[in-house]
Amino acid sequence: MADGYVQPAETFSPIFGRLTLDWIPYHEPILIATFAGVALGGLVVLALMTYFKLWVPLWRDWVTTVDHKKIGIMYMVLGFIMLIRGFADALMMRAQQAMAAGGAEGYLPPHHFDQVFTAHGVIMIFFVAMVFITGIMNYVMPMQIGARDVAFPFLNNFSFWMTVSGALLVNISLFVGEFARVGWLAFPPLSGASYSTGPGMDYYLWALQIAGVGTTLSGINMIATVLKMRAPGMKLMDMPIFTWTTLITNVLIVVAFPVLTATLSLLTLDRYFDFRFFTNDFGGNAMMYINLIWIWGHPEVYILIIPCFGVFSEIVSTFSGKPIFGYKTMVWATACIMVLSFVVWLHHFFTMGSGANVNTFFGITTMIIAVPTGVKIFNWLFTMYKGRVRLEVPMLWTIGFLITFTIGGMTGVLLAVPPVDFQLHNTLFLIAHFHNVIIGGVVFAVYAAVSYWWPKAFGFRMNDTWGRRSFWFWFTGFYVAFMPLYALGLMGVTRRTATYPDAGWQPYFIVAAFGAVLILLGIVSTFINFYVSIRDRKQLACGTDPWDARTLEWATQSPPAPYNFPFDLQITGREAFWTMKQQGFTWPTTGYKPIHMPKGTAFGVLIAGLALVFGFAMVWYIWWLAILAFVGMIGLGIFHTFNYKRDYYIPAEEVSATEAKGAAA
Amino acid sequence: MSHSAPASVSVVDHDVHHQSPTPIGFWIYLMSDCIIFGSLFATYAVLGGSFAGGPGPKDLFEAGFVAIETALLLISSITFGLAMLRADKKDQSGTLMWLAITGLFGAGFIAMELYEFNHLIHIGAGPSRSAFLSSFFALVGTHGLHVTGGIIWLVTLMVQIAKHGLGTANMRRLGALSMFWHFLDLVWIGVFSFVYLVRLV
Repeated sequence: MADGYVQPAETFSPIFGRLTLDWIPYHEPILIATFAGVALGGLVVLALMTYFKLWVPLWRDWVTTVDHKKIGIMYMVLGFIMLIRGFADALMMRAQQAMAAGGAEGYLPPHHFDQVFTAHGVIMIFFVAMVFITGIMNYVMPMQIGARDVAFPFLNNFSFWMTVSGALLVNISLFVGEFARVGWLAFPPLSGASYSTGPGMDYYLWALQIAGVGTTLSGINMIATVLKMRAPGMKLMDMPIFTWTTLITNVLIVVAFPVLTATLSLLTLDRYFDFRFFTNDFGGNAMMYINLIWIWGHPEVYILIIPCFGVFSEIVSTFSGKPIFGYKTMVWATACIMVLSFVVWLHHFFTMGSGANVNTFFGITTMIIAVPTGVKIFNWLFTMYKGRVRLEVPMLWTIGFLITFTIGGMTGVLLAVPPVDFQLHNTLFLIAHFHNVIIGGVVFAVYAAVSYWWPKAFGFRMNDTWGRRSFWFWFTGFYVAFMPLYALGLMGVTRRTATYPDAGWQPYFIVAAFGAVLILLGIVSTFINFYVSIRDRKQLACGTDPWDARTLEWATQSPPAPYNFPFDLQITGREAFWTMKQQGFTWPTTGYKPIHMPKGTAFGVLIAGLALVFGFAMVWYIWWLAILAFVGMIGLGIFHTFNYKRDYYIPAEEVSATEAKGAAA
Repeated sequence: MSHSAPASVSVVDHDVHHQSPTPIGFWIYLMSDCIIFGSLFATYAVLGGSFAGGPGPKDLFEAGFVAIETALLLISSITFGLAMLRADKKDQSGTLMWLAITGLFGAGFIAMELYEFNHLIHIGAGPSRSAFLSSFFALVGTHGLHVTGGIIWLVTLMVQIAKHGLGTANMRRLGALSMFWHFLDLVWIGVFSFVYLVRLV
């Protein structure tokens, strides 16, 4: 390679496969420092956990739990950890491009820079955005429909740990071997066996396949939950908008993710068994991969944004003190987006050369999606109109979203025009566009959701000042970081360049890097906020309904009891909790009955752990280990089905005690 | 507004029994699996003519062989149906017998498929030969893997039925496996028509 990088020689031993000491990057100071940091931090955590004797509670109350609320919180923790990793990659890229102008090399050699942008994309989409939205849906949706848990609680635990296994595999690649150097969607033939030798591309494949199993199963679980577990009397058209968006997003997951599974499997067959799907020779067709992956990939961006629309709908309605404007149009707009998201995939590669007619079709369908999205924007605005809007932190994020997402949406419509796309394809304009919608849409929604539902989950609010600081750093940071990329894109700067000859571009990159630092301050503020809020939890303690909310999750204790609701509810109409407040509802304090609940189990984490071993062994061609791990997974899975006692009853006395404690708090 | 009844919330005094979510959940899973097959069918549709100078369907497939293979799988669906009828009558040994027969037909199908794959690879028509053969092996092989998984499930469930009888949990599982088995049958009819029949005509 140009930077003199030489990949370790391809060797094979029966015991270690192709894993040799040469693959441990001890000669790369950046990685060694990172590793030292992670190892030290890890040791401190392990020591503290041992000191405070937290291992047993961690295993019993969290790792093996099937409680949707705890699983939801674990998803959020995973999301924030991976956000740090993904954002570190972003900072590295911004620093490199701020330096590497006019012949300067920067500090990252190309083979490293390529891994960084690939890891950034993969992590941010699969292990940050997906993880966050899954966590929020897990936490909130069952309570919004008056349920005690999801339809398949064990599957929920298993899905989570499969996601963790995928995330771990990506992180292992940092210190053992390398990651892919192919961009986040890994187009062949670059990602094929001929051009991506070494384990990096295989880490990519197995990490996504393992996490993908979790995502698909979780999608099935959520749909079944919404369809089958609603409180008696709650019709579909009575559900809160967030539950609707959860349903629709999970339909998209179940329809789209199998395509990803199939596509990555085909590429895996190409790489491991010399199949010829996407090769340049023997009749393979790389464009087939690009079509298939975007048939998953475009719905995927709606999978990410639709639950965020739900989050904003709840927040805007609560903080305006009004029911959501145009409930039915909101539902139908979401459903339209669901359908339309499957007929636009080709706009990701207008330049394929499929002809004017095909491009016209996909250009028009793409523009049409702006219509239901616009309906939503106006619904949120009209909800605020004549409402008593309270500018609490969740509402700040919502208004930031409305502005930012609308701009991002408009640049998207611009890109939907094929002739324009021919000019802007593969430039930083595109990068600016999708960060505009993903940061402005998904990240803002996650922050809004965390600040909105935090009091529900823990019984105290988050610190207001640090919440506002976090918002303003993120909000301004976003604009400073990405507006220059729009300008650069219009100048024709391509994406994924480690260095560039034109020193005239450098000032824009420096401004963008400054914006990234502002975003860093936003993230730091968030973590300070976590710390300050937990430290001051006594002063920040609030009742069960701190925001004067309208949906059913607020009818529970804060934090909610394991069974969520002490009694089943019969519900007619929308905004059940608002109705309860209007009619002066109080929970009965006697007459508790035993509550039927699912039992925790270790099988989820065990099978997912073996999946991680399997993935690692496949990456390094350690066949014996791969076979053992695979057989172990199947065996454990079968063994689990022999367990017929998966539930228990919480005794009425315990329910009574829990409720009394909650009422006193 | 279509909501005639005023909004209300009240505590339910009787026990609320949700219907088991398993049948609908399993249906949704089958649909997601169907989309995996859909992707493989689409790949075969696009790449099925890319012989790269190698052999094509007419050189490789024999109608008689595939007909027998198909018959085995279709008959296994009928025998599974008979097992379900026995299970509804709570006839445990009858259920187990028909399940065993179903498994044998499934195993026969897999044996024939393995024989065919082995034969193709042996004569130099393995998946590396051309994109056509890659997509053929991927589609037919994925179906075969599903049937293999189905047989493992079937044996597991037979042990469980022998141990615990035909209670609610086992009947639910039997219902799910039955759906899975018929689903694979349906996919095979697609494979048979689309991969073998059309190309041989």
